[in-house]
Amino acid sequence: MELRIAHLYPDLMNIYGDRGNVIALSQRAKWRGIGVEVRPYSVGEWADPEWPDVWFFGGGQDQGQDIVGADLAGKNGLSLRKSVDGGAAIFSVCGGYQLLGHEYVPEVGPSIPGLGILDVTTRAGRKRFVGNLLVDSPDGPLVGFENHSGRTYLGTSAKPLGTVIAGNGNNGEDKTEGAVQGKVIGCYLHGSGLPKNPWLADRLLGWALERRHRDVRLGPLDDADELAARVQASAVARTRT
Amino acid sequence: MPDALALIANAAGKLTREGLRATGRGATALPGLVALTLDPDFIGALSATLAHGVACVSGTNGKTTTARMLADITRTAGWDPIHNRSGSNLDRGVAAALLAETTWSAEPRGNFGLFEIDEASLPSAVGRLRPRVVVVTNLFRDQMDRYFELDTLAKKIGDALAGLPADTTLVLNADDPLVSYLALRRDAKTVFFGVDDPDVGGVVPQAISDATRCPRCKSPLKYTRVVLAHVGDWSCPSCGLTRPPRDIAATKVTLGSSGSELLLAGTVGNVFESVRVPIPGLYNAYNALAALAAARALDLGLAEAIRALASFRPAFGRLETIDHKGRTLRLVLVKNPAGFNAAIGALLETGRKPRLLAALSDRDADGRDVSWIWDADFEALAPSVEHAVITGLRGRDLALRFKYAGLAKERLEVVDDWAAAIERATTLAPAGSEVVVLATYTAMQALRGLLARAGATVPFWED
Repeated sequence: MELRIAHLYPDLMNIYGDRGNVIALSQRAKWRGIGVEVRPYSVGEWADPEWPDVWFFGGGQDQGQDIVGADLAGKNGLSLRKSVDGGAAIFSVCGGYQLLGHEYVPEVGPSIPGLGILDVTTRAGRKRFVGNLLVDSPDGPLVGFENHSGRTYLGTSAKPLGTVIAGNGNNGEDKTEGAVQGKVIGCYLHGSGLPKNPWLADRLLGWALERRHRDVRLGPLDDADELAARVQASAVARTRT
Repeated sequence: MPDALALIANAAGKLTREGLRATGRGATALPGLVALTLDPDFIGALSATLAHGVACVSGTNGKTTTARMLADITRTAGWDPIHNRSGSNLDRGVAAALLAETTWSAEPRGNFGLFEIDEASLPSAVGRLRPRVVVVTNLFRDQMDRYFELDTLAKKIGDALAGLPADTTLVLNADDPLVSYLALRRDAKTVFFGVDDPDVGGVVPQAISDATRCPRCKSPLKYTRVVLAHVGDWSCPSCGLTRPPRDIAATKVTLGSSGSELLLAGTVGNVFESVRVPIPGLYNAYNALAALAAARALDLGLAEAIRALASFRPAFGRLETIDHKGRTLRLVLVKNPAGFNAAIGALLETGRKPRLLAALSDRDADGRDVSWIWDADFEALAPSVEHAVITGLRGRDLALRFKYAGLAKERLEVVDDWAAAIERATTLAPAGSEVVVLATYTAMQALRGLLARAGATVPFWED
C-alpha cells in the first residue's frame, strides 16, 4: 500500500507549524508499513487532480493568502474540485479552511471568492481569537491553538467537526468548530492539529487510502504519548485560555 | 534636567527596586512599571540626558547577545553604558535598567543608553528613545500568539524607522531581505552587515520560510546561497531588489566548538586582523558582525572593538555553561524555529551525540502557542541524540515532536517535575560529560533557579 500526500503551498501557507500535520499523516502511515510520498505544490505549479490521495492546506499570512487565492482562481482550483469528486480527502486549517469556503468577506472592499468546496462563509471580525481551543465531538475530543480574526459560518451541507468546550472555534457565537463535508475537513486547530488528535489523523488516512485500495484496515498504534500530550494541552485549555 | 514628574517616577521606581532587592527578588521589570505608570515618558526624559545618546538593538534572535557584545565594546572605548542586560526588553525593562543607574535626583550614572528592545515594542520605543543607532539582527517567525504575522510586524517597524530623523543610523542584516528592506524603503544612513563566505550555507531552501517572497514586489526571491531560513544571498529577479552591499562582511568564517574566527572585508576597507568570537555557532558570528557594525555606526574604532569581542562572555541561557554534580550543563535558550535550528546546527557541527534536557513551556514569555516546534528541524537533531529527558509545562508536546522526528522510545523519557528532570538528566550522563539544556524562556528560568539553589550558579538578575 502507498499513500500520496499533496502539500498545498508549503512556502506560503505554512504558518504556526502546520507542516506537523503532514509529518503526522506520513509517520502514522509509515509506522503501519505503508509507503508515503509527499509532493509540495506552489503557486504556478499545476497540481494533477489524479495524483493525491489526500491534500493538506495550511494557514498563511495575509500576503500569502492573497497570492494563493489568485492561484486557486485558475486551473489549480479546478484540479482541487476534480480531485475531491474523484475521492481524495482534504485537511485544511485556518486560511486554507477559509479559502475552501464560498467567500471571505472583509470589513471593507469586495469579498474574496473561495472554491466553494466547503459550504461555509467567512467574514472578517474585529477581535482576533488567539488561544487554546478545546473541542468535543461524537468521535472524540480535539485540542489545538487558534489564531484567526475570520468568523466562519456553516451552511446546511457542511457539518461542524465538533462543539467548542474552551476557546472560540468557527465564530465565537454558535459553539461550533470546523466543518466536515464528505471527505473534506476544515478547522482552526493549529498546534499542530493532527499529532495530538490521532483519531482525526487516522480518519483522514483511512479516507485517503480507500481512494485507490480496497478493504483498508488500519492497525492500532501505541498512542500513549499522543494522548498524554492531548491531556496536558486540554488541561491548559480548560484553565488558562 | 528631568522634569518634576520624571523625578517622582524615578524616586517611586527606585523605592520599588530597593524593596524587591531587600527581599531577595530580581528587579528586572516591576520598578520600571511603577515609574512608567507615574510618567509614561520616563524613559524618553531620562535617556535624553545621556551624552553618547542611545542605541537600540532589536530583531527576533540574537538581540541579547549582540547588545552584550556592544556593551563590552563601548565599555572598552571608555563609555559608561546603561544597559538592560538581563534581556528584560519591554518598556518596563528599559525603565528598570535606567532606575538601577540613576541617582535619587534622577541623574544617570552612565553616559550611553544601550537597550535591547522587543521587536513588537520597537515601533513605540524608537519614538520615545530617539536613538542614534538602531540595530535589527533578523526577523523570523516567533511567538505568533503575540506578534501575529511577520509581514505586518516588518511593516510596522519599517514605518517607525522611516519616521526617525535623517541622522539616525540603521544597522541592518543585509542577508535578511525583510531586515534589509527596512532601509531600502527610504534613504537612510545605514551600516549593512552580512556573511560573504561562499562556503557558508547551502543551496536548498529550508522548510521554514518566512520571506520567500520579495518584500517590495511579492515575487518569489532567488537564492544563490541559503544560510538559515530566508537569510542568505538573495535577489528578486522580478523587480531587481537585491542584497545591499555589505559595509562589514565576513569573507571567511571558521567555526569551532568553542567559538569562531572571522575575516572581515566590506566598504569599511579590509581589516586584516582576524576576529575571534568566543562563543560557538554561526548565529553568534552574525551577532558579532552586528555588534561590530553598530560600533562602526557609533564612530568607534574597529580594531579596539575586535579586541573587546575576543573576551566576550555569553548571557543567560545563551550557550553559558554551568557545572552541576561533576557534569557540564550547556544552557541553550530556544524560542522559535529559526533560533532552534541555529542552535542545533551549532550543536551538531561538533559531531557530538548530545545528551539532552529539553523543556517546553507555554507562559506568555515562552509564547502560548507551542505549534512552532513542528516548524523546527527536529528531524535533523533526532538521529544524533544519545538520550533526551523532557520536561516543562508542555513537555508532552515536546516528547511527541521527538517521537514524530524518529527518536527511538528508549532514548526518550518525560519527567514532569523540574528538579527530578534535572537529576534524571544528570544521573544518565557519565561524570565529566556534557548535558545540553534546550529550554524556552520561563522553563530555563525554572531550571536555572533550581540549579542556583543547588549551588551551581548565580541567579541571573545578579549577573
